[in-house]
Amino acid sequence: MTFTYKTLAMSATAVAAMGLAGLAQAEYPEEDITYIIPFDPGGESDVTARFQEPILEEELGVSVNVTHRPGGGGAVAWSEFQNNAEPDGYEIIGVNIPHIIGQPIQRNDAGYETDDWRIVTFFHSTPNALIVPDDSPYDTLEDLVEDAKENPEAITLGGSGTYSANHLDMLRFEEEAGIDLTYIPFSGTGPLKGALEGGHVAGIFNYTMLGTEMADSVKVLAVAAEERVKALPDAPTFKEQGYDIVGGAYRGVAVPKGTPDEVVATLEEAFAEANRQITEKQEPLGFVMEYITGDEVDEVMAMLREAYGPILEEAE
Amino acid sequence: MEMLLEALTSLLTVESILTVLLGVSAGLFIGAMPGLTATMALAMLLPFTFSMEALQGLIALGAVYMGSIYGGAFTAILINTPGTPSSIATTFDGYPMARQGRAYEALAAATIASVVGGIVGVIFLLILAPPLARLAVAFGPSEMFWVAMLGLTLVASLSSDSLLKGLLAGCIGILLSTIGVSPVGGESRFTFGYPPLQGGIELIVALIGLFVIPELLTMAAEGRGALPGGGELRKKEVSIARIARHIFSKPVNLIRSCLIGQVIAIIPGAGGNVTSLVAYNEARRFSKDPKSFGKGNIDGVVASESSNNVMVAGSMVPLLTLGIPGAPPDAIILGVLLMHGLRPGLDLFTESGVLTNGFILSMGLAALLLLPVGLLGGRLIHRVVIRTPYYFLVPSIAMVTILGTFALRNSLLDVGIMLILGTAGYFLRLIGIQAAPIVLGLILGGIAEQGYVQTLMAAVVDPIPWLRLVSNPLSMVLAGMVLLGAATALVPKWLARKGLLDKVEEDSGGSA
Repeated sequence: MTFTYKTLAMSATAVAAMGLAGLAQAEYPEEDITYIIPFDPGGESDVTARFQEPILEEELGVSVNVTHRPGGGGAVAWSEFQNNAEPDGYEIIGVNIPHIIGQPIQRNDAGYETDDWRIVTFFHSTPNALIVPDDSPYDTLEDLVEDAKENPEAITLGGSGTYSANHLDMLRFEEEAGIDLTYIPFSGTGPLKGALEGGHVAGIFNYTMLGTEMADSVKVLAVAAEERVKALPDAPTFKEQGYDIVGGAYRGVAVPKGTPDEVVATLEEAFAEANRQITEKQEPLGFVMEYITGDEVDEVMAMLREAYGPILEEAE
Repeated sequence: MEMLLEALTSLLTVESILTVLLGVSAGLFIGAMPGLTATMALAMLLPFTFSMEALQGLIALGAVYMGSIYGGAFTAILINTPGTPSSIATTFDGYPMARQGRAYEALAAATIASVVGGIVGVIFLLILAPPLARLAVAFGPSEMFWVAMLGLTLVASLSSDSLLKGLLAGCIGILLSTIGVSPVGGESRFTFGYPPLQGGIELIVALIGLFVIPELLTMAAEGRGALPGGGELRKKEVSIARIARHIFSKPVNLIRSCLIGQVIAIIPGAGGNVTSLVAYNEARRFSKDPKSFGKGNIDGVVASESSNNVMVAGSMVPLLTLGIPGAPPDAIILGVLLMHGLRPGLDLFTESGVLTNGFILSMGLAALLLLPVGLLGGRLIHRVVIRTPYYFLVPSIAMVTILGTFALRNSLLDVGIMLILGTAGYFLRLIGIQAAPIVLGLILGGIAEQGYVQTLMAAVVDPIPWLRLVSNPLSMVLAGMVLLGAATALVPKWLARKGLLDKVEEDSGGSA
């Protein structure tokens, strides 16, 4: 009997302890969460965060404040975050591949490291796409490759940024196809459209979104995704055409290293729910929704690091 | 036409008019705060538009945009601080006018000019969007290089006392523009191993520092307020009708500024700041009395404020037709359009024409509402600035300035940069190096660099790469305008000096 009582008491204590622990977990989040976007308002990262904000607030039960900390292509906010943010889940930051892979290799004062945080999830990707204007002489990727073989460096392709997702995949394409093109970096997507419409470049290497936005006036020669993108069913992939190029920008969210697993799990679930609710709005724009969490994060990072690393090191 | 009428009826509801009124007032307030830009005003508003219908959301954004661009003029005139970067040129004559006790005149002129500009932009957008869109994309890298150079010729006219000091200031500005990650190439430059400097010097931070801080230091040093006291002012207060008559009796300035505003607004990458600077410069160049500019000429205020409000609707031309934001705040409006499933293109004017036309007309309404809201609000802010003793005014402005600078990118570093530049600006001003050409260099340096490098990169196969800079008609015309602009500024000075030199030589017997 005593034994039973003791067991009962112990198990009661254990249950109470577990209950308390459960309570402690359930208490995250109890304060407002700051969601830092390391870019200017109006970009893809910002617009996505604005989509997510109300859903995250509903899921987490606290307010989520989207703040901007632009500068240095994201590097300013990232270095600040890695140095100062507390690992309690109340400060989260948007992270982008390939930026966080490329900048630390390319700059000696990026101020942050590729892996010095915990990436909660990558929630979507935007594959690269090779886009030419409607009146371009190239109807297929093969036309462009042939012309490039005859006239090395004469074909100019615009893209967003230097050693960005656009630039890196264009360099991979050059290597795969054995051709020389000329890459012209522009600051963002806005001026790229003008460059294409105005005939200042022969084509652009940008994201699928631009292909859907400009569907009436451009031809999408190839998309750097595993399979065709829903928003562009007629655009073939690079793979279909014999070039092994899959890449683009991945967007996700990170917390400082050492953040408790429960907190990460809560955030993971909230972002996944946000993704499910905004799929309908984002997919037609050319986004590819992703639910990359846990070990898969490391796999994606390793794959892209392998793809881009050599190009970046060579460029340095 | 039918569509237009339908759009008009959808706009003439209590709800829509209230939205515009609220939007304009809110925008005006935000625009008047140094550090809070039109882009930020729109970004802050964005979450609220999610729950609205597409048209109402767009109406609200358009109204805030219009209000905030205009609101920048208040502080530009009253405390020599452009509330938004597009009001830089308004300070040149607006503040001297205010110092002479003509603040109300300057405010009224800015208001009338903004209303006219806003409406002209809307008309251009309604009537000429498709043909103008074609012009927008004609500006490629080499053309952008020349546009920036054209802006830089303004240095000569901003430095009436000493060209050397003006050029020096311009160079300081261009050097400041090279800090941070380079626009082409992506290397980080002049960060001195300090990662946060990768972000470079944000224009608005420099603007606040170089304009506000020296002004505050001067007020503190001289023990005076920003503006002379009320009694003197009331005597010189003029009726709005007289100011309107003055402005409309010389329509050339207004028409020229609106045209310049429209052309520059559709060039992606050149926002309201470039617009107002170029319009100001041309107003000065064509004026019969260019010497009076910078000393309180009302035409300077009119040129700057009319051209930057043309930009509001004007920059929507490339946005709505091609999806290219003509100015930074447009990027946010593009986001809203896409969110509601509206793809920029001609469909916007046909299939969803009612919505698009409603949005455009609402901007016209917003421009009209600037008149009552602006005159009322202007009087209010004016009174506050005059009535507040300088020992309260200086710390209050300093406080708002620091908060605004911090809020811009949530960065204490920006506050530091602002204070350092401001203090340096104060001493530079004492030796005759003005803030305006520094800011000009900062704005245009990056644009010029990017255009130049992109052009030369594309010309890698050409035997003489730099010839690409003048390889098409538009860039040749622009280059010609740059040469002409430089010549009109330099030749008279050169002749004057040559005449002077001859005299000196005669006097001294040619020993030099």
